[in-house]
Amino acid sequence: MKANGSSAERGRRDGPPILEMQGITKRFPGVVALDGVSFDVRPGEVHALVGENGAGKSTLMKILGGVYAPDEGTLLLDGRPISFSHPWEAQQQGISIIYQEFNLLPYRTVAENIFLGREPIRRGLVDYARLRRDSAQLLARLGVDQWIEPDMLVKDLPVARQQLVEIAKALSFSSKVLVMDEPTAALTDREVELLMGLVRQLRDEGLAIVYISHRFKEVFEVADRITVLKDGRKVGTVDAADVTPDDLIRMMIGRPLDAYYPEYARPEDIGPPLLEIKGGGNDVLDDINLTVRAGEIVGVAGLQGSGRTELLRAIFGIQPFTRGTVRLRGQEVRIRSPLDAVRLRIGFLTENRKEEGLALLQPVRDNILLVHRALRPLLAKANGAPSVAELAGQVDLRAAGLDQEVQYLSGGNQQKVVLAKWLAVDADVLLFSDPTRGIDVNAKASIHRLIRSLAQSGKAILMASSELPEIIGMSDRIVVMWDGRIHGELPAGATEAEIMALATGQREGRRST
Amino acid sequence: MPPIFVVLLVICVWISFLNPRFATVPGIMSFLMRAAPAAILAAGQLFVIVSGGFDLSVGSLITLVVLGSSMLIGGDPANTPWVIAVMFLIGIAVGVFNGAVTSWLKVPSFITTLGMLVTLKGFALLWTGGAPRGALPNNFRVFGRNRLSGVPLLDEVPYAVIILLVVAVVATYLLHRTGWGKQLIALGDNPRAARLSGVPTAKVRILAFVASATSAVIAGILLGGFSGVSTNVGDGQELGAISAAVLGGAKLLGGRGTMPGAIAGALTLQALFTLLNLLGWPKPLRDGLQGVIIIGAVAYTAWRERRS
Repeated sequence: MKANGSSAERGRRDGPPILEMQGITKRFPGVVALDGVSFDVRPGEVHALVGENGAGKSTLMKILGGVYAPDEGTLLLDGRPISFSHPWEAQQQGISIIYQEFNLLPYRTVAENIFLGREPIRRGLVDYARLRRDSAQLLARLGVDQWIEPDMLVKDLPVARQQLVEIAKALSFSSKVLVMDEPTAALTDREVELLMGLVRQLRDEGLAIVYISHRFKEVFEVADRITVLKDGRKVGTVDAADVTPDDLIRMMIGRPLDAYYPEYARPEDIGPPLLEIKGGGNDVLDDINLTVRAGEIVGVAGLQGSGRTELLRAIFGIQPFTRGTVRLRGQEVRIRSPLDAVRLRIGFLTENRKEEGLALLQPVRDNILLVHRALRPLLAKANGAPSVAELAGQVDLRAAGLDQEVQYLSGGNQQKVVLAKWLAVDADVLLFSDPTRGIDVNAKASIHRLIRSLAQSGKAILMASSELPEIIGMSDRIVVMWDGRIHGELPAGATEAEIMALATGQREGRRST
Repeated sequence: MPPIFVVLLVICVWISFLNPRFATVPGIMSFLMRAAPAAILAAGQLFVIVSGGFDLSVGSLITLVVLGSSMLIGGDPANTPWVIAVMFLIGIAVGVFNGAVTSWLKVPSFITTLGMLVTLKGFALLWTGGAPRGALPNNFRVFGRNRLSGVPLLDEVPYAVIILLVVAVVATYLLHRTGWGKQLIALGDNPRAARLSGVPTAKVRILAFVASATSAVIAGILLGGFSGVSTNVGDGQELGAISAAVLGGAKLLGGRGTMPGAIAGALTLQALFTLLNLLGWPKPLRDGLQGVIIIGAVAYTAWRERRS
């Protein structure tokens, strides 16, 4: 991994900006999302935009993309004022935005997606030959034509390649400005490297790139300048070469990094094994031997596709084990469905809180009590035993009230609601999968403290994560997955290099017993 | 206060201007009596709607209840009690079937119950040979058309209104005060999260269809009493029930809806048709309006969601 590159490797930083946003203010009912923010980007530079969730990054980009109109302020493209009445117009003017959620049609081909709505027409019909040719050219220009062919269906491509299709689509508009919103959220490290290379290549071709990311490593790798937003205001714009990640965190939250992770467990905190798996396996997992004891956090590291999340899903009965034995609190159990797992007081929390964790239209109260109710007779009274207020206090929930719909909570608070749901039934084996993905730095630290305090209260915690710093900062032991197996085990405080050596299958690890 | 109650009030005031007798106790009682079957049906339908589905089979189930009861009773009032019991059993069976097919075979409820709608109607007509046969005895019709007299203050109260009241209270309790009701709404809101929270989704959903079918049996008994035996007694009732629930603020495809709202929605539809009748609109036009209302109500809810 390269450190901050020398200025020679970086993009141009002189010359007039191609795009300027001046004094942009945007108000929504009850909140000022942006307050006089100015931002510019020059041709041939990568300008990173960072800030916590809710800092105003997405709103700023939606104004740039023509999704919202600003209440105050001006947009200049090539020095001329512009305004959009529809996102289509922004694209026509040369501003392309790749959102976190892709706008691709899964059952259409790559070529059809790239030129969606602008298909070349010949005698009133779509000219498929030209469509394929033009797409092939674009893919070749990106240097990805060996992986992606114009005739492939988008649904058959892995996420990383779908991303490349989005980029090709953006380039097909002969864009001058390319905005990438959290482009690496779903990519493996290798794919991130490829993407970084591509971003540099596009930059060198003279494109102006706005790069939004939570991941500082990438930001420092590609950005020429970095702008930090906080609470709708601009904290500052700095040259990437002049600052360190710690400086950036201070700018974002006004607090240094060392408060970030809680202490590891002490030997006397650790109790008897609560979860023991011997020889577990199914379609994607094999020979899983794993013990998690009361009071400890066991981290599960591994690249995407290594079986990291599948391991948790197998334990929770979503894709159950078909081989091996599982013992819970010393008793052999069979878990064939999530309901079985819930009945055995196993809790599950994922990064997909909106899809898998919450009923978004329902109030905090009903979400927190959902598991509790599921375990009681159907016609039992809905409210009663566990005090929702107490549970909310236990997870330090910040909500307007217990009757607030969870869709209006921030990501961190939503995740706390999911956690409270499991505390309501006293689940003592907790499975976490990327518990803080997409959550801002402050809320992350608070979730991490919460997870540690749960361990201290005697719960057994198995935490899979795609973020190595999180694995290293939190885990009392680390198991590393590779190819559907546990490839090795490392003690607390292992380094990223040690983990990666196991995760990429390069080194045989110490076998867990 | 949800907008539907305001609309209901406005329409009722308007009717009272055109027909002063409407705003009297007997006037209100006969209005509620006519509205009772639709309101009960809306209450049942709401359970399925909040769970994220539809129950289109209720209209045909009503027809089956009316025709089947007249066939089985065969003119002998002594048969009424066990025939009513059999009708409830048929209703429960239909509900379990709808729910089970939807849950386990993963057939969308729209299709399951549409198939059931056609099948039940066909079965009912086959049974009677295609024409209404026989008549319902008085001890069956009493629920739909008779009144309990000697009630303090109100003098006479139709049995249908008492039944509506009981259904409303029980349904409100079930949906808003029991674990089942809450799980049902959560299931409609996010089926995957509900499953991963341990909600027994099939059981919860099947019960919703049973509630809906049971409400159709009750509505069928009231309608048979009110208007006698006919082969089209249930036609279009399913759409009325869905419209009522949506007017009452329920979200199609699940996750949101209140029982008082759905019942108020049914009363509003009934009041609107009464009003249009007074204004001299022909019946086909009034019937046709129902389609416009359901589209309008769904468009309005979608617009409101988008705005917030």
